[in-house]
Amino acid sequence: MTLLWIPLISLLGSLLSSFTGKLSRNQSTAITLIAPTVALLLAINLAPAVFAGEAIRATLDWVPILDLDVSFRLDGLALLFVFMILGIGILVIIYARYYLSENDSMPKLYAYLMLFMTAMLGIVMSNNVIQLWVFWELTSISSFLLISYWWHKSEARKGAKMALAITGGGGLALLAGLLLLGHIVGSYDLDIILASRELIQSHSLYEVALVLVLLGAFTKSAQFPFHFWLPHAMAAPTPVSAYLHSATMVKAGIFLLARFYPALAGTEIWFILVSLTGLVTLLVGAYIALFKHDLKGLLAFSTISHLGLITLLFGLDTELATVAAIFHIINHATFKASLFMATGIIDHETGTRDMRKLNGMWRFMPYTATLAMVAAASMAGVPLLNGFLSKEMFFAETLHQQLLGSMSWLIPILATIAGAFSVAYSARFIHDVFFNGDPVDLPKEPHEAPRYMRVPIEILVALCLIVGMFPNFVVDGILQLASGSVLGTEPPEFYIAIWHGLNLPLLMSAIAVCGGLLIYTQRRYLFQFQASLPPINAKKGFEKTMHSVVTWSQNKISAIENGSLQRYLMLMLLVVLLSAGWPLFEMSQLVGQNQLTPVDIHNGIGAGLLMIGAIGTVIWHRTRMVALLMISVVGLMVSVAFTRFSAPDLALTQLTVEVVTIILLMLALFFLPQKTPKESSSIRTLRDLGIASAIGVIVGSICYALITRPLTSISDFFVANAKTGGGGTNVVNVILVDFRGFDTLGEIVVLGIAALGIYKLIIHLPLFMPGSDSEGRPWAKERYPLLLASISQSLLPLALLVSFYIFLRGHNLPGGGFIAGLVTAIAFILQYIAHGSNWIAERFTLNYRKIIASGIAIALLSGLGSWAFGRPFLTTWFDYFDIPLIGEIELASALVFDLGVYITVVGATLMILASLGKVTANTPKEEVNI
Amino acid sequence: MELLYSSCVGLLVACGVFMILRARTFPVVLGLTMLSYAVNLFLFASGRLSMNQAAVLGYSENYADPLPQALVLTAIVIGFAMTAFVVILAIRGRADLGNDHVNGTVPDKPKAVSRQAKEQGKA
Repeated sequence: MTLLWIPLISLLGSLLSSFTGKLSRNQSTAITLIAPTVALLLAINLAPAVFAGEAIRATLDWVPILDLDVSFRLDGLALLFVFMILGIGILVIIYARYYLSENDSMPKLYAYLMLFMTAMLGIVMSNNVIQLWVFWELTSISSFLLISYWWHKSEARKGAKMALAITGGGGLALLAGLLLLGHIVGSYDLDIILASRELIQSHSLYEVALVLVLLGAFTKSAQFPFHFWLPHAMAAPTPVSAYLHSATMVKAGIFLLARFYPALAGTEIWFILVSLTGLVTLLVGAYIALFKHDLKGLLAFSTISHLGLITLLFGLDTELATVAAIFHIINHATFKASLFMATGIIDHETGTRDMRKLNGMWRFMPYTATLAMVAAASMAGVPLLNGFLSKEMFFAETLHQQLLGSMSWLIPILATIAGAFSVAYSARFIHDVFFNGDPVDLPKEPHEAPRYMRVPIEILVALCLIVGMFPNFVVDGILQLASGSVLGTEPPEFYIAIWHGLNLPLLMSAIAVCGGLLIYTQRRYLFQFQASLPPINAKKGFEKTMHSVVTWSQNKISAIENGSLQRYLMLMLLVVLLSAGWPLFEMSQLVGQNQLTPVDIHNGIGAGLLMIGAIGTVIWHRTRMVALLMISVVGLMVSVAFTRFSAPDLALTQLTVEVVTIILLMLALFFLPQKTPKESSSIRTLRDLGIASAIGVIVGSICYALITRPLTSISDFFVANAKTGGGGTNVVNVILVDFRGFDTLGEIVVLGIAALGIYKLIIHLPLFMPGSDSEGRPWAKERYPLLLASISQSLLPLALLVSFYIFLRGHNLPGGGFIAGLVTAIAFILQYIAHGSNWIAERFTLNYRKIIASGIAIALLSGLGSWAFGRPFLTTWFDYFDIPLIGEIELASALVFDLGVYITVVGATLMILASLGKVTANTPKEEVNI
Repeated sequence: MELLYSSCVGLLVACGVFMILRARTFPVVLGLTMLSYAVNLFLFASGRLSMNQAAVLGYSENYADPLPQALVLTAIVIGFAMTAFVVILAIRGRADLGNDHVNGTVPDKPKAVSRQAKEQGKA
């Protein structure tokens, strides 16, 4: 479990460092250093076990049903990367302390850096490929934040966007590839995937998965043709470049190649894709690097070139090539990080990175110059430095491959040419910056960097030297270990030596060094030639592509989404039409097996009235009052239908809701125009009629098909248990408050939410108050007719009594909380209509929000009450009591629940109508015409 | 009987759909109300049609299916809450936007405008 702490501590460190804004810079740095140091100690503590040959694993269940775990694993390869990530991370944190100016936010950089560190640790230690991918994307996001750290600079924003688009896009390809791998293997567990080489490579989807995974790796590692984001990412602060573009971010792609090497490598297509991509990248990067005047630009293309070299090594079909690749990962990280840091010092102390201005820095900063020169020599592959060793191995391996068949001899030649360019740009870095005459109008007077700013570089350069001189002593162990976990077998016998005797690789090195120096001295001609080529501006091209993609999708979106709700609705209805209509055409017969019942006269009349009402609503829909009257006929007939077809509860509910709805709509008509202007063209009306009839026909047919078929229902259970289990004879009510009480609880909550939403919409309503109706007739002067007032007043107690009765008997006979609540609400609304809200406010203090809340609370508490008796939520209880004079009565806890329903319904209904009605009460009448 | 019932449901759906495709808020509200009638009737009928068989124990031999009834009962109440919400939204929309068109703006009538423009051009 110690394993889980390594990424976790790093994540906590990210949080911790973001809170150090108030502290001094040194304190902030010190606090930030805690997390990586602790994590590094943990890793060192775990190292002996890994060296003993055991991969350490730690797993937490996450979503077991989806085969998703939080799962970490530390093997040799992961350990190597963990050391690099944490070690170089610590150096970068120290370095950044001196690099950032007073104006830059230190906690911000540190928090992002630590987040990035977490993501990298997650990638290298994940034992689940989905989890690996999540961390992979996290590196894209955190590197976006890091590159755009100086967000006020346009190139920083553009560079960050480009990096995110390329690496994020590659990440999506990787996800697809990993999902395919998971599909092929049947598990997302990395251990299992790595052990399923045969299965994966014989599967028909192998090529697809491979290409997708490689896309992820190549975009991240800036391989040609995705390399162009890396130079633009140099807009980041130099510590960020030193970290991301030497040891971590770009190495994530390389890590992916190494990680999946056991499962994916070994086939023809792997070797062709990986080695050729690597070769092209190696050459392109080395060539372009020479022409960059910006120091960081040079280093960026050099990085691209070295990444190509490592990729090429993974694509060579020998075990030693893999060892060389891993060795070069280490070496490149050390010399490139130190070079970036040295560049940062030069930039920091002179104010420029332009090699045409920087000359003769040796005199001003001899110490930094020495460090930078050693690192640059390592980059060039000069003997006694670590870069030389891995480059020798690389040259040796290029001689042992058969990639291009009879043309395989080309690869060593091309490798030597790339090596020569590498020497040339390293020579340029050293000579142009530190010698080559005097500086040309520098923005600052150059001087040596602060003492501790150089410490990280000193450590890294020392590593370059130690590894270069005593390779077997320093790196042999970790190299064996890491190669072993990449190859999946015992690594081959290898012996890294400084002196192998006079052999071909040494000759290649010599040619590269001499050739490189020659290229450098004769660079004038090359520069002239390069200047004569048409310029390629990757940024412009990228932005143009992005722009056209965005424009294209915006056009497409606005073509579909034109802002007309009518249109959206019509499209949705068409979809309904197709999806609901299609199955009907596949059905052989509409009518089912049930015995049809004949139409009797009552039903016929009822249906006729309903149809007249519905058609009338449509015909007179522009005269809104008439339409309202028509629709009320429909509502009434619906409630009659419920009565007719054995649903008394529904009939009562429908009737009361109908009353409330019509009152509400009449109130609404006060605020809305009373007439609808004629707008639709005849064609449009015809079209809508067509859609409407088609949907009507389809729904009617489905309904007919449904009700003429026999029914198998689960309701027998409810009927059988209503009395014995729920203590009531009205099965509908028992279902509501007992069997399906949880549903009902949800429903009254929805009711409460709707009422509160309405309340929020009504308060602060900028009111439109017509003083007369649309034809200019003033409203009736007598607002509260006397007759209505006196009758309604006497009706109130009666109505309350009725509702109380309906409520009480609900459990056994038609009635219950919903209906009783509506009846009570109607009784109160009648008072509002008859007397106005001021009259009510004088007599009752009703806070409807509190009423709704208490209703829901009562229902909830009655449900929670069952916990006190050790029963599940909403278990009901009932018993019979014999009370003198009244007789035997039944008390049920469901009644309390129903009381909650009752109170909520009363509160919500009154809130809706009273809030709207209240608006009309006090406002003076104004003439507004719209 | 079943045919008549289904026809009523179909007709209510057709009228409701036609109304919700109108351009002004009030007819849309009426359309939604009509659609909710239709949906409630439809759901209710999934328990099949039966007369004089209310699901109250002890009052008849066979019982109508109580489950769709219970579901429809809450659907009616929630349907009311939703209708109310839409109505208030319509009122608010009119107050804020100055018109009661569902799209928030009354579309120009291109012909009338161009004719006006022509007249202005001549003047």
